[in-house]
This record gives sequence, structure tokens and C-alpha cells, in this order.
Amino acid sequence: MTPRHVATIAVLTVHEVARRRVLWVLAGLAVVSVALVGFGVERLVSLAREDGVSEVQLQIGVSQVLILIAFMFSFVLAMSAAFLAAPAIAGDVESGVALALLARPISRTDLLLGRWLGLTAVVTSYTVGSGLLAIGVVRLVSGYGPPLPFVAVSFLAFEATVVMTLALALGTRLPGMAAGAVSVVAFGLAWFGGVLGGIAAVFEATALVRATELLRVLMPTDALWRGVVYGLEPPLAVLLARGMGSGEARQANPFFADAPPSIAVTAWAVAWLVLVLAAGASAFRRRQL
Amino acid sequence: MTTTTIRTTALRKVYARTVALDGLDLEVAAGEILGFLGPNGAGKTTAVKLLLGLVTPTSGGGEVLGRPLGDRAARRAIGYLPELFRYQQWLTAREVLGLHARLIGLPSARRPGEIDRVLALVGLADRGRDRVGGFSKGMQQRLGIAVALLGDPRLVILDEPTSALDPVGRDDVRSIIREARDRGSAVLLNSHLLGEVERLCDRVAIVHRGRVVASGRLGDLLGESAVRLRITDLATPPGTLLAGFGRVATDGPWTVVQPLDPDRVPDVVAAVVAAGGRVHAVDPARRSLEDLFLELVREPVEPVP
Repeated sequence: MTPRHVATIAVLTVHEVARRRVLWVLAGLAVVSVALVGFGVERLVSLAREDGVSEVQLQIGVSQVLILIAFMFSFVLAMSAAFLAAPAIAGDVESGVALALLARPISRTDLLLGRWLGLTAVVTSYTVGSGLLAIGVVRLVSGYGPPLPFVAVSFLAFEATVVMTLALALGTRLPGMAAGAVSVVAFGLAWFGGVLGGIAAVFEATALVRATELLRVLMPTDALWRGVVYGLEPPLAVLLARGMGSGEARQANPFFADAPPSIAVTAWAVAWLVLVLAAGASAFRRRQL
Repeated sequence: MTTTTIRTTALRKVYARTVALDGLDLEVAAGEILGFLGPNGAGKTTAVKLLLGLVTPTSGGGEVLGRPLGDRAARRAIGYLPELFRYQQWLTAREVLGLHARLIGLPSARRPGEIDRVLALVGLADRGRDRVGGFSKGMQQRLGIAVALLGDPRLVILDEPTSALDPVGRDDVRSIIREARDRGSAVLLNSHLLGEVERLCDRVAIVHRGRVVASGRLGDLLGESAVRLRITDLATPPGTLLAGFGRVATDGPWTVVQPLDPDRVPDVVAAVVAAGGRVHAVDPARRSLEDLFLELVREPVEPVP
């Protein structure tokens, strides 16, 4: 690995996203979305207060709205990350740009790592920026601020990075469209697997539980999503939920988490990124251009 | 320092069931222009990609600039224009060249001057700050040649460098290639334009069905030059009159003198006229590269049953 080459490609990638106006379009959409969210939450809170809803109920309500918004945002992010990353290598190979680049003394691993680093910078800064903006606006109009906003947006960025990494790695062998589509489907399946696993646990369907556990290992986005939810919930809601019903039933609810992802799960997600990148680099090295 | 820039031995590449290259033996010396010719699908582009490490050989091997095929250190001193030339459309021409300058490790202090030099060389000096996306195909090919010549590489590989250029552009590129050779670069020129190769190359290698079927200096390959004349009213037999120029033979109405330096054709005509003969036609007879190429690669036509 040559760090100078990795840095050159990372800067080129950020430059590309900015120059092709992708970043500005996403930023514009984020501002419009946050404005709509702010308007909607303000109206809801005002109407609820006029109806005499208690502040505790309001906090829980607003936190649920915020989690729902984060949920939609996570889907948009996953799709944006997948379709941004999938053609990063695949498109260069298909168009022929990669031929001139890889005839230079740069290794394919350096090209892949540079692309990954640049895209991670874009995805992370976009997620953190727009996520914190949304949380700030909701706090401004409702008076409710989630307890761990940085934890929530960090897990959200991590989740998007996982999808982006998968799309980038798949794009070393598959056409861009296929790599993007597979990554988005994998993200959706992982989320569905999380819900299904919780339901299976309630009904003690052991085989199904194991299948969904395997799915969560193969695609760790659902575990990371639980970290987003945990960061957005008021502690009171966690306490109340812990006092009611079984733990399995709570796990089946994708909009509730009574604990952040464990260190082991988070460490696995980091290891997963490294493994997927390594597999992508290996596949790319063997590709005949 | 090695004097052989490229040497391959029995280089073979098979894709699934297709044999793209079948035992290529190739040698390019430092400071020479080698024309690498062949019909479509002969394996020329595959050979170039093998030299650069863009694909790996099924068997056989070779060296480029004294290093194994695809070696990263060797690639620092290789300039390459792909047949499918395409550069980042959202960058300016200067930015594309800046990117390649960084990748080959050109010192930052030298970069602006070197970028100016190659842009001027390919006639894009005033378009350096324009985005590549707005360039015509010909301009993009010129930019590709500038990228290939950046940093004075020891080996320049040009895959169909004039495919998108008009006649003026082609002439410019010929001068550029000669200049690169004069600066000490070896040039591997992969082209379909036989006239261009004939005018430019020191040596040629003709590849057909993945194998080199002919290679050598153009003069050696095309044979000795001659002149064919249609003469009447000559009192002295042509064999006696023209014996001092070379061997004289008769081919129907034609008198053939060979070997004969093309510069001496007017002297032959003058000798015939001085002896009272009338010259009706003069044909400087030498096989063209196209004749040789067609002879080597044309498939035999199956007789109609």
C-alpha cells in the first residue's frame, strides 16, 4: 500500500462528488427535508400542547417521530451510499478511465482504499451534518433533545458506511447497477431479518432465530440501527419499556432498543468492513481488465 | 541500463475458450519505434494490456524495462494511451495531467512546467483549464497522448493513437512520436493505419491469431526495391544498356531493374531516353506494407462448391 496514492485517490473522489454536484444536490435535499420535519414537528407539538398532552408524553411522542425520521433517513442514506459507491470502481472499469489510471504505478488496492476513504469522508460528513441539523431543528421547535445525539448520528453514519463499503466492493466485479441493487436489497433484508428474528424469538422458532442471527452477522446494519434508536430515545421510555413485557417482544420492535449494540457487535461491524474491503481488493486484483 | 525495453517469450493469454494471444515473442529496443500490426482480434490490445499488468498471462512471460510484466516500478516510466481513451470528464485537462503527474511521482516543482510542455506538444495549450467533458473526441485523444508523454517516459505505448484525429492531427501525432523517439523513448505503436506505420516505424511486428507472423526492419520485410519500365524504340537491348544499374529482367511488356535505390530511378529513365528509347510508364516497384500485411493475414477464400 502506498499512502500517497491512497490519499490522491481519496481527494479525487471527494472532488468528483463535489464537482458532479452530487453533494450539493444531497445537501439541498437535506435542507428541504429538515425544514419540512421542523415544520411538521412544530405543528404536532403545538396541537398536542393545545390538547393538554403532558410533557412526558410529548417527549416520548417527539422521540418516536424523530426515530421514524431517522428510519426513513437511514433508507435514503443506504440508497444514496450504495448508488454513489457502486459505480466508483465499476463505472471507471466500464468506461475505460481505470485503464489509464491503473497503467500508472498505483496498485488496485490503493485505488480501492482511496475510493473507500473518499466516499467514507463524504458519507460520514453528510450523515453527521444533516443528522445533527435535523436533531437541532426538532429540539428548537419542540424543546425535546435526544439524550445521545452524537451516538445516534455516529451509528447512522456507520450503517451508511457498511452499505457503501458493500456496494464499492461488489463493484470491483459486478456492473455498477447490479452492485448498487444487491447492496440495497441486502440492507433491506438485514432490517427485515432483525424484525423477523425478534418475532421468531417470541414464538421460540429456534431455526428461524438462527437464520436471522446469521443474516445479522452477514449484514450488520440492523445491529447498528439499534444504536441509532438507542441514541434517540428518552431514558424514561427505556425504563418504562423495561418494566413491561418480555425482552424478546421488545427486540421485535425495530423502533425500540433497550441497549446500544454491544462492544462485540460493534467490533464485528468494524471487522466486517475490513473483511469486505479485503475481499473486494482481492477480487479486483484478479480481475482481467 | 538495459537496451531492450520490451522482451516477451511465448506470452499466452486465454479467456475462457478464446485464445487471445498464442505464444507472443516480441522485442523492442530502447529508442526505436515498433509498429505493432494485426487484423481486428489478432491480440494486439491483449498484448499491450499484458505488458502493463492490466491482465495476467496464462503462460509465458517477459520483461519491460528490465522488470517483470506489470511491475509497478517499471510502470513509473511507461506512458500509455489506451485504445478506449477516456479521462475524468469532470476534471480539466490540467487536472487530469496533474493527477497522472502525482501518480508517477513527478516532483511538485516540476509539474506545472511539464504539464505546460505536453499540453503545448499536443496543441492543447489554450484548453488546459477547460473540462474534459467539453472536449471533442479528437481533443480527448490529444489529451491522452499528452498523458502518455508526461514525464518523458522511457517507453510509450500508443494503442491506435490517431483513430479520432483528422489528417492534420495525424500529421501532428507523427511529429510528436518522432520527437518522443528523439528524446530517447521507445515507442510501441499499435495501429491499423499501415501508411502511418510505414512512414513512422523503424521496425514492425505483424501479429495474426495471437502469434507474430513477421517482424523486422521494414526494408528487410518488404524486400529490395526495383523499377519497372515500359520501353519502346530502343536499339540496344535493355539488359546491356541498364546492366550497370542492377539485374535486368523482362516481365511481359515490362523491363524490370533490381535491386535499385529509388533515388536512381530518374537516372535509369535518362539512360533509356539518351539511348533513343521512349519511356511509356515507370513503376517504382516495391511491395507496400499493405501488400505484405494482406498476404500474411488474409484468410484463404473457400471455393464455392
